Amino acid sequence: MPAESDGDPAPGVDGGRHPLHSLWRLRPYLRPYAAEFGWLLLAGLGATAASIAVPLVVQRVVDGPVARQDPAGLFRLAGLALLLGLVEALLIFIRRWVQSSSSMGIEAAIRADVYAHLQRLPASFHDRWQSGQLLSRIISDLSVIRRFLSFGLFFLVLNLVTYLVVVLLLIRLHPALGLLVAASAVPLFLISRRFARHYHAASRRMQDQQGDVATLVEETAQGLRTMKAYGRGPELAARFAGRARALHDTGVGKGRLLARTSARLDLVPNLTLGVVLVAGAAAVAGGGLTIGELVAFVSLQLMLIWPVQSLGWIIANGQEAATAADRVREVLDTPPAIVDAPGAITLPRADVRGRLRFERVSFRYPGSTTPVLREIDLTVEPGETLALVGATGCGKSTLLSLVPRLHEVSGGRITLDGHDLRQLRLASLRRLVGVAFEEPTLFSMSVWENLTLGRPDAGEDEVRAALALAQADFAYELPWGLATRVGEQGLSLSGGQRQRLALARAVLGRPALLVLDDPLSALDVHTEALVEAALKRVLRTTTALLVVHRPSTIALADRVALLEGGRVTAVGRHSELLATVPAYRAVLSAGPPPGATAGGPTPGGRGLVRS
Amino acid sequence: MTAGGPARPGGADVTRWRGIATDPDADRSRAEDTSPEAVARLRARSRVLLRDLLRPHRRRLGLAVALLLGQNAAAMAGPYLVMLGIDAGIAPLRAGDPGPLVAVAAAFAAATVVEYVARRGFLTLSARIGQAVLLDLRQRVYGHFLRLSVAFHERYTSGRMVSRLTSDLDSIAELAGGGIDSLVLAVLSILSVAAILLWLDLPLAAVTLLAFPFLFWLSRWFARASAAAWRRTREAVALVIVHFVESIRGIRAVQAFRRESRNERIFATLNDDYRRASLRAFRLIATYSPGIKVIGNVTVAVVLCYGGWRVLGGATEIGVLAAFLLYLRRFFEPMQELSQFYNSLQSATAALEKLAGVLDERPAVAEPAHPVPLPGGPGRGAVAYRSVTFGYRPDAPILRDLDLAVPAGQTVALIGPTGAGKSTIAKLLARFHDPLAGTVTLDGVDLREVADAELRRAVVLVTQETHLFGGTVAENIRFGRPAADDAAVEAAAQAIGAHDFITALPDGYATEVHRRGGRLSAGQRQLVAFARAFLADPAVLILDEATSSLDVPTERLVQHALGTILRDRTALVIAHRLSTVEIADRVLVLEGGRIVEDGPPARLAAAAGRYAALHRQWRDSLL
Repeated sequence: MPAESDGDPAPGVDGGRHPLHSLWRLRPYLRPYAAEFGWLLLAGLGATAASIAVPLVVQRVVDGPVARQDPAGLFRLAGLALLLGLVEALLIFIRRWVQSSSSMGIEAAIRADVYAHLQRLPASFHDRWQSGQLLSRIISDLSVIRRFLSFGLFFLVLNLVTYLVVVLLLIRLHPALGLLVAASAVPLFLISRRFARHYHAASRRMQDQQGDVATLVEETAQGLRTMKAYGRGPELAARFAGRARALHDTGVGKGRLLARTSARLDLVPNLTLGVVLVAGAAAVAGGGLTIGELVAFVSLQLMLIWPVQSLGWIIANGQEAATAADRVREVLDTPPAIVDAPGAITLPRADVRGRLRFERVSFRYPGSTTPVLREIDLTVEPGETLALVGATGCGKSTLLSLVPRLHEVSGGRITLDGHDLRQLRLASLRRLVGVAFEEPTLFSMSVWENLTLGRPDAGEDEVRAALALAQADFAYELPWGLATRVGEQGLSLSGGQRQRLALARAVLGRPALLVLDDPLSALDVHTEALVEAALKRVLRTTTALLVVHRPSTIALADRVALLEGGRVTAVGRHSELLATVPAYRAVLSAGPPPGATAGGPTPGGRGLVRS
Repeated sequence: MTAGGPARPGGADVTRWRGIATDPDADRSRAEDTSPEAVARLRARSRVLLRDLLRPHRRRLGLAVALLLGQNAAAMAGPYLVMLGIDAGIAPLRAGDPGPLVAVAAAFAAATVVEYVARRGFLTLSARIGQAVLLDLRQRVYGHFLRLSVAFHERYTSGRMVSRLTSDLDSIAELAGGGIDSLVLAVLSILSVAAILLWLDLPLAAVTLLAFPFLFWLSRWFARASAAAWRRTREAVALVIVHFVESIRGIRAVQAFRRESRNERIFATLNDDYRRASLRAFRLIATYSPGIKVIGNVTVAVVLCYGGWRVLGGATEIGVLAAFLLYLRRFFEPMQELSQFYNSLQSATAALEKLAGVLDERPAVAEPAHPVPLPGGPGRGAVAYRSVTFGYRPDAPILRDLDLAVPAGQTVALIGPTGAGKSTIAKLLARFHDPLAGTVTLDGVDLREVADAELRRAVVLVTQETHLFGGTVAENIRFGRPAADDAAVEAAAQAIGAHDFITALPDGYATEVHRRGGRLSAGQRQLVAFARAFLADPAVLILDEATSSLDVPTERLVQHALGTILRDRTALVIAHRLSTVEIADRVLVLEGGRIVEDGPPARLAAAAGRYAALHRQWRDSLL
């Protein structure tokens, strides 16, 4: 699986474990249905027994009442046949109803758990895993497991029972020939084991490739505009063709493997039958067996063909379920790296003064050796606004993401009013921190729901105030006001509108700490000025950490920290730094406005057009 | 409309969170239409599609059926030969002549070999056909998605697209994976047994026929109910996927705002909907299949009574009745398999209908059938809008009768408040949409008449949302011009000022950008997107807020580069930062879809209009 092999954190894929290990570990999901499984097995066996009984009764009718000219007996036995027939159908009905509700229930329960788990895995996990791979696990793999639970497993048990019963009957009928038939289980076992091993690898490959296809499709949907803008449809189609072709080849390979094994498995009972024929004929000729016994033996032996024939299919089904379970387990076994520490506390909003301290904080992304942040020491006093300034890619956004613990510090610590953030309950911390990312994320939901994302209890006044502050009153003018669905499946909003909603979301409910990543970048100059003025009022009382690119937004900050190469190289007031730190000036200064001096980037030849 | 009322979903309510869509869902696209006529049309369309997909494999299908019949004949011959061996081989063996038994054993061995070869051949071949059909279908649907317009995708959403190309195809793969052999064998065995029944005893066969109206009625009920149920399943799973994809994509916001538990409740509803929809479909087959069993078993009982009565009356032989009853069971047995196959077929058809719906969708921004070539040579790139009217919804036009001519080589800056139509003008030129009225021309050719490949070579749009595809940084830059070599890629990055940060990445240009460019900052992604556009080297470059996330020095660098880049091409620049506007030859101030100011920046700045006011504001904000 090249797509994610570099950072695959899965502990469940080490080759030492039995292939069925992961499937076995899903058994807690089966436990609530233990009684149902018992019932459906009973119903299945009962139905099989009834289906064997019906021909026997029919035979009795023909041999008995009909032959003896007994109409009353005829109708009585026919009634029995009818009853048995109805019972058989009823038992099948019960078995299948129980089977479908339990297997669907199990599938849905696992899916809900995987989803819940994925939501708790940290951003670093999601950076590494492609969502297509996750999606194929939660949809395709789970339906494979469900299919095994609802059919494969049942027939595996039923066929094994049938096989054992028939073989025992055969041994009773004729021990020597019976043992010969029993011995045919050895090649069956060898063929099956070989097949299982090969098929295991193939079905894993196929599932991974399905994930790759899903990933590319999702990516295409995301990058559709870029694709259109460059007319790169043919290139993407070729890339897709490559992945679809790989899937196809694996599918054909799996088909060939299954074909070969099925045919081989089929060969075994046939060859045994041939041997039984010859040996049985010899025994009859030698007087050790009557012809009637031989006929009975052979007819019974013919009942073994179906269980053996279906063996290949059942093993294939089981292997697919096993690898699917591996893939699901890989997700479930990844521990959420960022969790509540034992004894973590809840900080009530009212008790928070808002002193945020970074103490020798360093950070590097998991699996990377180069630190993004080194030895950061910073203090933001209660109510103070600190702006982070630095060149593109210097680690500003990463630093912000440490505050709501979307990423965990690799070294040092961050404290809020003296509490290490890791000593706070996650829910409590994240309730105290209001965040707006550099890319405003809106979900396909109503504006209201998007604003109150983590605060479903927010009141109307709070929402109103937040919208007003972010200059996002346009929301009221949407076709259905705040009930209008926005986001991907709803109304499309401009970049500036989205950013204002994201800002409203961050300030909603007056969080103790505001963490804003370039919150005004997509706003036009006029709106920017209005938002700035409103933000200023909020920031007067809230501790805030801002990433800022524009000199215009720096006015919001009380102090500024300059970030260079993952280190804080200067902290101070804007005017101080401007005067004393050349690097600071370089990062913020647009230089003299173009056109004012000859040094500006005046494009050649433009002067003529302009004048 | 106030914030109260319908805007406020209750805490426990997990359905109103979605909010009200501006388009009713059913009208989103023909592909998702659920009216009865549309369903009938899609069903017909999916049949045509299936035939179309199978057509290239006709001969292989024929061979597969022949192999299947061969395998079946050999499998039937086996037990017959065993019985023959017992009947005809044992007596001579007793007499000391192993000849007949050896002959039968040899014939048995031959039959076994034939069965082995035919079975292996059939299974291999049918897997090949099935996979080939899936490959074909997958590529067709993907290719069609690529051709459909941006407007279609905005309605259809990425989650649905993913659902169609994954879960729906899985359903079809399930059918291709097996079942065809059971279908052929079941039909074959039902027909042959029916013939034997008719030949054995006509009146009894006539009684058997009485079962058919019931079978027919039951099957019709199942066909209708299960088609609806499977269709519902496809829709339910799409919603699960849509929600899943969206919440994983927005995981940072989910976690930062403690959305997890509410998301779980929402997901539980969708997941449970899907579970219930599938359960309904599975219960239908769980009813249908025993239903057939009931009909079969009742028929056996009836034939037993009637036949027994006929034997008692001397109308038929007891041996005939015995044989008839044995065969009757083998007549109904394969119907179970048939019902299973029918169920898989229904499930696959529901999925195929959805795919047929996508394929049925005509691209709103279609490739011209007879493209007009753009005039080549230097100095190209003249753009003109002639009485262009456009709105995303026809009743709410954003641009009305817009006239605008941009001579080749001119750099035009568009400014104005949100909703003024700046981005719309840009999107029309990139032909993401076609105007409702009027024309947009490039070098005098209507964009609707330009071949897509040619248009994309000539016009490139760079937006604020910079998407990076999975792969390396170099590959992402090369997206602008796939034929470019490494040197050209680096030159492009250098020209735009992205070279330094790229070489500082762990693997330089070969660094994987990972999922959605996870580890590049927004500004770095914009730089990569710029390099990409630079490499594409179009005659017309459109920049829509393309520098919004850059820090000042980087933006300055980009602007400096733009001076070179834009020198011999036409450019449309949308920017909130007036610093970008300064490099323009001409500024257009837009308001409410109209051009209210038009002129060189210096002149507008000196005048007393809106631009002058903005310009002053901006200058004050500079250091």
